Amino acid sequence: MTNETSGDVRLSGISKIYGSFTAVHPLDLTVPQGSFFALLGASGCGKTTTLRMIAGLEEPSSGTVHLGEQDVTALPPYKRPVNTVFQSYALFPHLDIFENVAFGLRRRGIKSVKKQVDDMLDLVQLGEQARKKPHQLSGGQQQRVAVARALINHPKVLLLDEPLGALDLKLRRQMQLELKRIQTEVGITFVHVTHDQEEAMTMADTVAVMNAGRVEQLGSPTDLYENPRTTFVANFLGTSNLIEAEVDSRSGDDIVLKAGGGKLVLPEARCSAATATGGKVLVGVRPEKISLTPADDAGEIPEGRNRITGRIADSSFIGVSTQYVVDSPVCPEFEVYAQNIDRDARLVPGAEVVLHWNPAHTFGLDSSQDIDAGTEEEAAV
Amino acid sequence: MATLTEAPPPLSPTAPEKKPPRGRGRLVPYWLLLPGILWLLVFFALPMIYQASTSVQTGSLEEGYKVTWHFATYWDALSEYYPQFLRSVLYAGSATILCLILGYPLAYLIAFRAGRWRNLIMILVIAPFFTSFLIRTLAWKTILADGGPVVGALNTLHVLDVTSWLGMTSGDRVLATPLAVVCGLTYNFLPFMVLPLYTSLERIDGRLHEAAGDLYAKPITTFRKVTFPLSMPGVVSGTLLTFIPAAGDYVNADLLGSTDTRMVGNVIQTQFLRILDYPTAAALSFILMAAILVMVTLYIRRSGTEDLV
Repeated sequence: MTNETSGDVRLSGISKIYGSFTAVHPLDLTVPQGSFFALLGASGCGKTTTLRMIAGLEEPSSGTVHLGEQDVTALPPYKRPVNTVFQSYALFPHLDIFENVAFGLRRRGIKSVKKQVDDMLDLVQLGEQARKKPHQLSGGQQQRVAVARALINHPKVLLLDEPLGALDLKLRRQMQLELKRIQTEVGITFVHVTHDQEEAMTMADTVAVMNAGRVEQLGSPTDLYENPRTTFVANFLGTSNLIEAEVDSRSGDDIVLKAGGGKLVLPEARCSAATATGGKVLVGVRPEKISLTPADDAGEIPEGRNRITGRIADSSFIGVSTQYVVDSPVCPEFEVYAQNIDRDARLVPGAEVVLHWNPAHTFGLDSSQDIDAGTEEEAAV
Repeated sequence: MATLTEAPPPLSPTAPEKKPPRGRGRLVPYWLLLPGILWLLVFFALPMIYQASTSVQTGSLEEGYKVTWHFATYWDALSEYYPQFLRSVLYAGSATILCLILGYPLAYLIAFRAGRWRNLIMILVIAPFFTSFLIRTLAWKTILADGGPVVGALNTLHVLDVTSWLGMTSGDRVLATPLAVVCGLTYNFLPFMVLPLYTSLERIDGRLHEAAGDLYAKPITTFRKVTFPLSMPGVVSGTLLTFIPAAGDYVNADLLGSTDTRMVGNVIQTQFLRILDYPTAAALSFILMAAILVMVTLYIRRSGTEDLV
């Protein structure tokens, strides 16, 4: 019965408008059968609304939802072959764990549910707890009941709405791996909504970064991290140092840019903005790609690397690495993460340093965007 | 899942044990309880003891009553007035069921569908309390008056034929029939049903409805399997708050009924205030109380709501 595309989720021009507020702008999205797909974004970006439209809990203002070949836009939730793991689980408090998990099977008129439910409870290691009520279980156990209750129905698509939000950090890490394992095992399409970029990157094959009701960028976690195309993605996924620069000239496949007094090289293939000579571009580089050398040793830096001078403003030792904040004329708070392999005792706050990196690690963005989009400072406003 | 283990429970907290407050501080809770305890003592315990002793007295009004441990009063009262007891249970039970049928949809509407009208509807539910119980019951006398519009309409629709056949009305009359008494009881106790129902419905997490829908339950199944079971605490407290006072009520039977619709409350009232047979009245009160206690206990046991409330 399952052919190649029966578990595809296809959203065409789907949008949701509440009064004068547009929660989701018309959106086209295809989630291929069997993939682990994450919708990532800050709260209020429309990711949960999108998920609820797939589940049928929210009626789209325009557009259609297809599951495989079937148009389900007009179907109520109870007729859709999808199941949801709700935020804070929504387990039925009056039913025990067994009956919670059996709920979907019984509604579809399946008589002998015992074996299936027992197997499913064993899969999530809750066989012993079958006759307990939800409130007698810990958060992590309740979470697994919620997954079991949805998975037992063999939905074409499993929707997860911030399912790990209520768990503590350690348990969340365990459950991430666990969910990933289950997904690989059962091969069902998972659509996972989260605001935790690390969670999205750990678990998903494909991540769609959403901002203000639109998909900013879609791709594999590596692709999004290495080649962000908007400042929002650059800042929301990890940290980026963004420098305003002016296009100076071209040499081969590279663009040469002026920033402050120095020159920076950017591979043209990694620039998502128009690059007319004299035009502005935002140049980005990830903090861990950068090396720090004390200004005295500047002569030892190999030729051909992008370099910027500055002064260390702050440093914090976090075990695996040390995080430096460097004040530089071109960028006030340059972040640099250095692995703690050989620590140079001269790299202390106040020291004059040269920051340098391989030009291949540079990316270019359109300078008309808000340079702080997606940063924590912005989110706090 | 083999590698998945729960985080070890945190070491038992070794918070320093709270020292019991010393001296006067230790007595504060008891001082706070005192007014309530005194109130119960004077207005509940003492009257109960007094009534209990009255119920086993013999004598007459002229010679005075004396405690003679004459328990036969109970048996005499029960054998003479059991029809009124049964009628009380029947009327109060019918009114309770009617209240549930009328009150549940109303409470459901207020809790889930009323939106910004919620407060207004709540006020409308409570509004009758601003007028005296007696006056409202008297108003029903007008509403159900012979030849009035209600009776006329019921007659035209042949509803009275059905109710007459069931023995709830007689001929063209509604007033002075069991139907009138049950209607009065239903009307007067409806808010006591609606309020607890509303409270327990309103507490239900809306996501549970979504979860049930997501798990293939049609709206009606969602109601049957999720909403209704979760509202059981409200159903139980609502039915108790309706049934208990309705079973002891005498105003409705007095104003809307006839001599054929006398409830045990009417008998007790007559015994106390007209015939002045205090022992019988006291015994009847105790029998009623015991009967209600037994029924309520069985009911709560059966409905199995202990772990829901």
